Amino acid sequence: MADLKLRNVCKSYGPVDVIKDVSIDIADGEFVVFVGPSGCGKSTLLRMIAGLEDITSGTIEIGGRVMNDLPPKDRGIAMVFQTYAIFPHMTVRENVAFGLTINKADKATKEAKVAEAARILQMEHLLDRRPSQLSGGQRQRVAIGRAIVRDPSVFLFDEPLSNLDAALRMDMRMEIGKLHADLAASMIYVTHDQVEAMTLADKIVVLRAGEVMQVGSPMELYHNPANLFVAGFLGAPSMNLMPVEVKEVAGTEATVANASLDAISVATKERPIRTGGTATLGVRPQYLTPTAPEEGMLHGTVALTERLGSETVVDVALRDGSKVIAAIGEDRVLAPGTEIGLRFDPAQAHLFDEHP
Amino acid sequence: MASKLTQSNGAGWAFALPGFGLIAIFIVLPFFFAFALSLTNQRLISPNPTEFVGFENYRDLMGLAVITLEPERDADGNAIRDEDGEIAYPRVRTITRSDDFPEYRGMREWFRWQSGENARVVIAADVVFMKALRNTLLFVLVVAPVQATIALGLALLINQKIRGINIFRTIYFMPVVVSIVVVSLLWRFIYDGSDGLLNNILAGLTFGLFEPRDWLGETSTALGAIMAMSVWQGVGFHMVIWLSGLQTISPTLYEAAEIEGANKRQIFRYVTWPGLRNTAVLVLIVITMQAFALFAQVDVMTQGGPLDSTQSLVFQTVDRGYRKQDISGGSVISVVLFLIVLCISLLQRWLTRDR
Repeated sequence: MADLKLRNVCKSYGPVDVIKDVSIDIADGEFVVFVGPSGCGKSTLLRMIAGLEDITSGTIEIGGRVMNDLPPKDRGIAMVFQTYAIFPHMTVRENVAFGLTINKADKATKEAKVAEAARILQMEHLLDRRPSQLSGGQRQRVAIGRAIVRDPSVFLFDEPLSNLDAALRMDMRMEIGKLHADLAASMIYVTHDQVEAMTLADKIVVLRAGEVMQVGSPMELYHNPANLFVAGFLGAPSMNLMPVEVKEVAGTEATVANASLDAISVATKERPIRTGGTATLGVRPQYLTPTAPEEGMLHGTVALTERLGSETVVDVALRDGSKVIAAIGEDRVLAPGTEIGLRFDPAQAHLFDEHP
Repeated sequence: MASKLTQSNGAGWAFALPGFGLIAIFIVLPFFFAFALSLTNQRLISPNPTEFVGFENYRDLMGLAVITLEPERDADGNAIRDEDGEIAYPRVRTITRSDDFPEYRGMREWFRWQSGENARVVIAADVVFMKALRNTLLFVLVVAPVQATIALGLALLINQKIRGINIFRTIYFMPVVVSIVVVSLLWRFIYDGSDGLLNNILAGLTFGLFEPRDWLGETSTALGAIMAMSVWQGVGFHMVIWLSGLQTISPTLYEAAEIEGANKRQIFRYVTWPGLRNTAVLVLIVITMQAFALFAQVDVMTQGGPLDSTQSLVFQTVDRGYRKQDISGGSVISVVLFLIVLCISLLQRWLTRDR
């Protein structure tokens, strides 16, 4: 068990910088999720921690030791790959014991450790099968078993559930969560799936184009996104972003409005927002409530209604031609073409000085 | 499914027809011809009608026996020895030409060994065929593993991401592109006894101590020389097959092994080699079949000589069938060769089957 520190880590392929000055602290036993769109460098960062990619500059420390030039096996890590990377010609038992076999552990240790891993993952009955006889979820379990046997200080997961179907993904997600609770080891988990990030993480690191956009707990990121990217990336359906004009800034509040939005006051959160300028207002679809046209803060017509049973997603065309989405927590019929108003609590809205 | 494949797939069959047709005309049909002709006394050009002779050709080809020669003894019953102390034996022809042993008639000595005071002599109905068979098997036994191993070594070397790797790939592959006849001619100069490249190099390396030898002209070196040259010529082709096998192995398997702390040797043993199973089967079968088909090298370099030390089955097939106009004799050998290759392929399939 150990904490992990990334200090000003950079990675370049020739003139192309793929990781730009990343510094992250990960406490012992923490579950950290790297999340971001494809190509944001999250997997590269994980592979740099594992030692599969070298580091252009900066340092990676695990348990107080600089790991930059150590081979993967000496870093005290174990990795689980998206494609499982289990050896097809070996049985499950041999796969799980692989690290012990090549390090010439004695038979008793091997059996004890494999049995322990199999017990934790409830796969005792699979031990003598070959990978070709296993389902995707079972294969991933074997890969996790191989990681457990290494007894690492840090577990690294590289999109471990991306190759599984949706139902299985949810089961395995819960199991990984449970595994973290049982083992109390540090885990770093890379995914592009925000549900995995939100449900598993103690701490989420949002990456874009090799830069850290925000680090924080899932709820912190959800309720208080630091920038437009994080605001738009987390949450489903994603946050409505509307260009607004800043009418007045008074203290920590700014009054904003546009053609479809009545003037409201929103906290500026120390962002550089000036009177007479423009800004972006963000409101999550879940916080928009439909009302009669004259009672709403936002004015438009219903363009499309999607009824999901537990939720109704309404696509509203605003007066200025832009669109917002409202997610209503009940089954409701709103006929397309109906004039509609939308209300929300300004405290749940976010004002950004950037533009999408 | 089968009926759909055969009935409503006209265009597909039409496209396949040229390929099927050529294979049928030039491979399948001649094979059945060869089998049929091997049961007759057909000659290439002959005024006599063809006669069905059953398996007589096979008996003439493969007749084999071991006879024991007792030493010639003097009045006291001691073996007579010549001036060098060698025991004198009656000549083999006293048996093979004797009316007492009609079953050995016409057979000739292949080789012999000493057993106490007696000599055991292996006599064969067709000694040249036996030599060709032995040489071909020896050629396969040496060339298949050596060529496969070297090719794998080269494939591992060129399966790296380094600058200019394609230059090496091209160089190693080049001998494959050159016709085997041209390669054989070139290597005749290399192996030349008086002023060949090999003799010169060896003389240079040993500061003139090396005695030049006629590599293709001595029975002890001729077959070895052909083997070495054949390995060199074919290794690039199998290197490419190995390379394609190597590139199908998922890189994450290597990474997983690396994280577990496997060293280079262990990575080869646990990741690379198991991943190459199917490729290995293919390479071995292809090399074996190619090696059994040894012909052009022999034809260009030695014509089977010296003293039949480089005879091969295919060379004998061609030699008999066309140069000696003995079509049935050539057919017999080609059928025998087919059966040998078939058995070996089946054996290899079985040995390398999925367990």
